[in-house]
Amino acid sequence: MKYIDEFRDGSLAQKIAAGIGREADHGRPYHFMEFCGGHTHAISRYGLADLLPDNVRMIHGPGCPVCVLPIGRVDQAIRLALEQDVTVYTYGDCLRVPASGGLSLLKARARGADIRMVYSCADALALAQQRPDRQVVFFAIGFETTTPPTAVVIRQAAALRLTNFSVLCCHVLTPPAIAGILDSPEVRDGQTVPLDGFIGPAHVSTIIGSRPYEPLAEKYRKPVVIAGFEPLDVLQAIRMLVRQVNEGRAEVENEFSRAVDRDGNRKAQALVAEVFALRDHFEWRGLNVLADSALRIRSRFAEFDAENRFPVDYVAVPDHPACECGDILRGVKQPQACRIFGTVCTPENPVGSCMVSSEGACAAHYTYGRHKDV
Amino acid sequence: MPRITPTGVTRMSEARKTYVRPLDLKHGCVDMAHGAGGRAMAQLISDLFARHLGNAYLAQGDDGAVLPASGAGRLVMATDAHVVSPLFFPGGDIGCLAVHGTINDVAVMGARPLYLAAAFILEEGLPLADLDRIVRSMATAARTAGVPVVTGDTKVVERGKADGVFITTTGVGVLADGVSWSGSNARPGDAILLSGTLGDHGMAIMAERESLGFASPIVSDTAALHGLVASMQACGATIRVVRDPTRGGLATTLNEIARQSAVGMLLEEKTLPVKPAVNAACELLGLDPLYVANEGKLVAICAENDAERLLTAMRAHPLAADAAIIGRVFEDPHHFVQMTTAFGGRRMVDWLSGEQLPRIC
Repeated sequence: MKYIDEFRDGSLAQKIAAGIGREADHGRPYHFMEFCGGHTHAISRYGLADLLPDNVRMIHGPGCPVCVLPIGRVDQAIRLALEQDVTVYTYGDCLRVPASGGLSLLKARARGADIRMVYSCADALALAQQRPDRQVVFFAIGFETTTPPTAVVIRQAAALRLTNFSVLCCHVLTPPAIAGILDSPEVRDGQTVPLDGFIGPAHVSTIIGSRPYEPLAEKYRKPVVIAGFEPLDVLQAIRMLVRQVNEGRAEVENEFSRAVDRDGNRKAQALVAEVFALRDHFEWRGLNVLADSALRIRSRFAEFDAENRFPVDYVAVPDHPACECGDILRGVKQPQACRIFGTVCTPENPVGSCMVSSEGACAAHYTYGRHKDV
Repeated sequence: MPRITPTGVTRMSEARKTYVRPLDLKHGCVDMAHGAGGRAMAQLISDLFARHLGNAYLAQGDDGAVLPASGAGRLVMATDAHVVSPLFFPGGDIGCLAVHGTINDVAVMGARPLYLAAAFILEEGLPLADLDRIVRSMATAARTAGVPVVTGDTKVVERGKADGVFITTTGVGVLADGVSWSGSNARPGDAILLSGTLGDHGMAIMAERESLGFASPIVSDTAALHGLVASMQACGATIRVVRDPTRGGLATTLNEIARQSAVGMLLEEKTLPVKPAVNAACELLGLDPLYVANEGKLVAICAENDAERLLTAMRAHPLAADAAIIGRVFEDPHHFVQMTTAFGGRRMVDWLSGEQLPRIC
């Protein structure tokens, strides 16, 4: 596949890995967090951890949109479908996230809720136009990458004066989540979760640019390398992080220069700013409540805000007591250290959200890495 | 060896025995995962169907059942329900698919398919022109394969109670003496062969579904495989298992065999044939071709020393020109299917869990 195979070249990977081996100081460990689940997936799927020297370790971060979605948000979507009798459209990944009462969107559907998967929020809008007699809600989740398309459909719905379309907005932001991790007690003590740097997600930076990470790198003295999702991108980013650590630098560097620049996509940013405003606080699974870390729909577009249109207030619900997704999302624990990993909690019957999406740390280890536990 | 983890030094956990949560027969409902071909379906079959209907033939656990016959030889019987949407897709339709699918289930047991039965569930409102097109396609497929449809049944249900047309076909074949292929026969050291490219059928269907809306040259591989099977038998290789990796894809089929035979497997990613267009479509949707359905491919496991001979015989057949040796069977108490990645790393190739859903970003 052109433009993809070039970034999956095994022999080149061996060379970069050998370079990391040469440059990493054998007298010290390196701990890097790949923030995004897409990177977690690439590392697991291509077996990249096997190529790294023993003293370079990757810690899985919380950047998987369904993993950080708290139970109460999925409950809202289910209540919309079951109690308010609306049709809920959402992305496929959301369907199996565990909610209250042993439900998930998929299980709610088996009980009669009208819940459907779409590939794009534009499809949800088109389907709302086809069914004017039916209230349609798009359950919008995701980081900065998926936010501009949601902004576009809300603007389109306004232009079309649709009265049967609204959005349950659960869009979240990457930089505040990284700050949330760096502020957590386990990272601040410098021992429980030693962190020497971050790999930042390239697709997020195609929208926001690399600039928003600069204050973080400076304040917390941690290097950040924005990287693409192909295996060679990830390896190259690790090498750049090792160099920064060795040279005592804490800068924002861009490995994904083929699509990311410092400023990002200004047009998309303007669209997002027009439709969305910061929520004062938002509960994340694993990271608790973080200020200014998520988006709400501006009052100008309030009629397209499902939380405004329907009586579905957010109710916080604690995670299953045995589930350790919170610790796993903050890098405090590895998936296989969770008491219920692979026994009670499996991809078929996920107890926690990290076991749901292929980008979740638990699902990635279960699917690709269990042979290493033998 | 202890390993350094973010929490300090912890012992390596053992790969835990998978705990399978029992079916919740009181409150549970059927969901789409129960039909996707992965672990959930395997559980539904073992804990509900086999539990109530169990007998020695069902317990063989293969694509078809081997039955004693009054005369010489043995019979093989297999059945398959077809519910594909859309009914017509590039490379085929539900009609020819229903013929090929059941012929293949009989053929992969090593039997020669003889007769088919077909049951139709028609939805009120189905255009007769569509039904005519579907049945004509069945007839062509059956004629080409030399396996006639000898009996059938038709039911019509109210609009909304079915999706156009569902077709269930049942096939009967005869098994020559001495042939005993089963998913439980794989042994350490055996070679694993695949007859051709992965994922053509599943991606042809997905590309056709209206919500995707991209033009693609991907064509379903639906085909009857009994001719290919016959030429594999004729080459004299010691064949232990043959399966057609349909729903759940190659990954799920290999996991089923690994479990049935109580062995492990190691695949070589580099050797897996995938068409560039299928690869690209999978890439776009975040799918893995290893889990995408095939309708005209088979996977064979044979004695190590016979692998080259079997490969040559397969490649000589037009339906297996891209055949490849893709891995080996080895001893593994965990029955893991693993793969050496093109990078030289190693990873698991697990069962499909749930339906393969596209990722969101």
